[in-house]
Amino acid sequence: MIAFILRRLMQAVVVMLTVALISFALFNFAGDPINNMVGQDVSLADRERLREALGLNQPFWVQFGIFLQNALQGDFGLSYRLGRPVEDLIVERLPATLELSLTAAALAVFIGIPLGVYTGLYRDTWLSRVFLTASLAGVSLPTFLIGILLILIFSVELNVLPSFGRGETVEIGWWTTGFATWSGIKALILPSITLCLFQLTLIMRLVRAEMMEVLRTDYIKFARARGLPDRKVHFGHALKNTLVPVITVIGLQFGSIVAFAIITETVFQWPGMGLLFIQAVNFVDIPILAAYLVLIALFFVVINLVVDLLYYFVDPRLRVDRTAAGGEATP
Amino acid sequence: MTAPAAPGSPPGLLRRIFDSDLWYSFTRSWITMGSGICVLLLVVGALGAPVLAPHDTFDPATLKLMDAFTPPVWVEGGNPTYLIGTDNQGRDMLSTIMFGMRISLLVGFAAVLFSLVLGVGLGLVAGYLGGTIDALIMRVADIKLAFPAILIALLVDGVSRAALPRDMHDQLALYVVVFAIGVSNWVSYARTVRGTVMVERGKDYVQAARVIGIHPAVIMVRHVLPNVMGPVLVIATLGLALAILTEATLSFLGVGVPPTQPSLGTLIRNGNDYLFSGEWWIAIFPGLTLVVLALSVNLLGDWLRDALNPKLR
Repeated sequence: MIAFILRRLMQAVVVMLTVALISFALFNFAGDPINNMVGQDVSLADRERLREALGLNQPFWVQFGIFLQNALQGDFGLSYRLGRPVEDLIVERLPATLELSLTAAALAVFIGIPLGVYTGLYRDTWLSRVFLTASLAGVSLPTFLIGILLILIFSVELNVLPSFGRGETVEIGWWTTGFATWSGIKALILPSITLCLFQLTLIMRLVRAEMMEVLRTDYIKFARARGLPDRKVHFGHALKNTLVPVITVIGLQFGSIVAFAIITETVFQWPGMGLLFIQAVNFVDIPILAAYLVLIALFFVVINLVVDLLYYFVDPRLRVDRTAAGGEATP
Repeated sequence: MTAPAAPGSPPGLLRRIFDSDLWYSFTRSWITMGSGICVLLLVVGALGAPVLAPHDTFDPATLKLMDAFTPPVWVEGGNPTYLIGTDNQGRDMLSTIMFGMRISLLVGFAAVLFSLVLGVGLGLVAGYLGGTIDALIMRVADIKLAFPAILIALLVDGVSRAALPRDMHDQLALYVVVFAIGVSNWVSYARTVRGTVMVERGKDYVQAARVIGIHPAVIMVRHVLPNVMGPVLVIATLGLALAILTEATLSFLGVGVPPTQPSLGTLIRNGNDYLFSGEWWIAIFPGLTLVVLALSVNLLGDWLRDALNPKLR
């Protein structure tokens, strides 16, 4: 058990170090950082002095150590384009992305699971077929196109919902929220629908498949034989047993919601981290690129670690399987 | 059941195709046939664009700025010369879509080929050799699998932009996109191939080949590889749809193919700017083409998966 956790932690540390190395190497590959900071009329002697003061004349590994130290304290330097500390920019943008992602995740879960249960229970009704066909379209429509279509219908044609920005926001400490105002909530509707659609279809299909699987088992037959009402059999016995895989998938999918938020934020000009990142890619704003790289890797590593540990605690069968698979891989 | 003999079909290869189980299952479902026809039409339209397209959009001499923003024929103000309208520079939409699809398909196929070669190669090596190499490759695959493909592609693109000088990046942009998408999708090939190879490795024919002293590389490629081609073909088909959509997304975000070689995603990005002024056709028609293409390829992949699965026969 402890060995398992330690191995996972080691793996997480190795991934984080690799990502940190890549993002640090970016600074060295992309030209001379001194040239990025000073103008043309700075003398060579001044440049050397600056180089020495910033520690840029030291060996690569020493510099990497300093970079790691700063990164651990959340210091990624100044943005080339905006001239402000990267960590400030990220803290400013974080609430927008998290609010959008959480809303989308909640929509996907609270619509996806009921739809999955319904289509699993009543497979042959026409409504189930409609949902299934629609979900196929949801998989084939790329996120950005869904956004464009929603804007075309609800903003351009019907003119009922805003197509860009967050609306009015309220500051609570360093956190800015769009939930507090009516315009903030209205601005959230289209982006969160765009973002949740793919995950919604995924959860719906997963719950449907799991429900159909569980409904065939003996204990469901037994529950029916005991004369329990349908509601109890369906929700108390069947749904409960489908939830382990569903919860893990939702956990892992939250990572991809944050990743897909990049696209949604670009379509709706949503002032979050994704938009910051895309602009940084276009302007080759390396400090932001590096910080985003490290941050998103950290995010994913933590999610995976938590999901792995959850697996381990929730389902005892997996402990045996995992060790067996590990043994097979190294004969 | 025997396959129906196609009337008057020529002997040889065609005969074998029409007699095969695969062709039979293809003709069984109208959805599969429909998507097959869609893909065929789109590919022919894309490949034949220089000949078939009504206008040459790369020739500035044929551009008429006066004709910019012409709506489709069935809308008021439409011009029969431009069947589905023109864009902001007076280019015929139908022609730009046909030329754009060439780039989309080119990048899609190249990316699939790249991830196929990489994934199948690593899977073969991991499954056949086992041991530390296998553990290492699969660990990397696990880590890679934890990140969504679109994120990997974006990061590779962003890193390459930062690492390469600007004009060099513009020249290499097409290759960078292919590399980015290819790298983000190799894991499913590697996993499938590794699993099958580990089963095949213990079988008599591989042992026999080993005993008579054939080089492991030759055994892998000549004897083991053909046995894993079925599932690989299925993954490649579904991967093509994914690669086309990923490329479109990257280009839509402005980090994909260079603007001088517009793909469907670039066209949608361009059209997105005119959505609010009512010129919806500039964004919607390339989008529609993209969806039909991706959906048809996906449906073909689903059919292939069922048709090649002996358990479902």
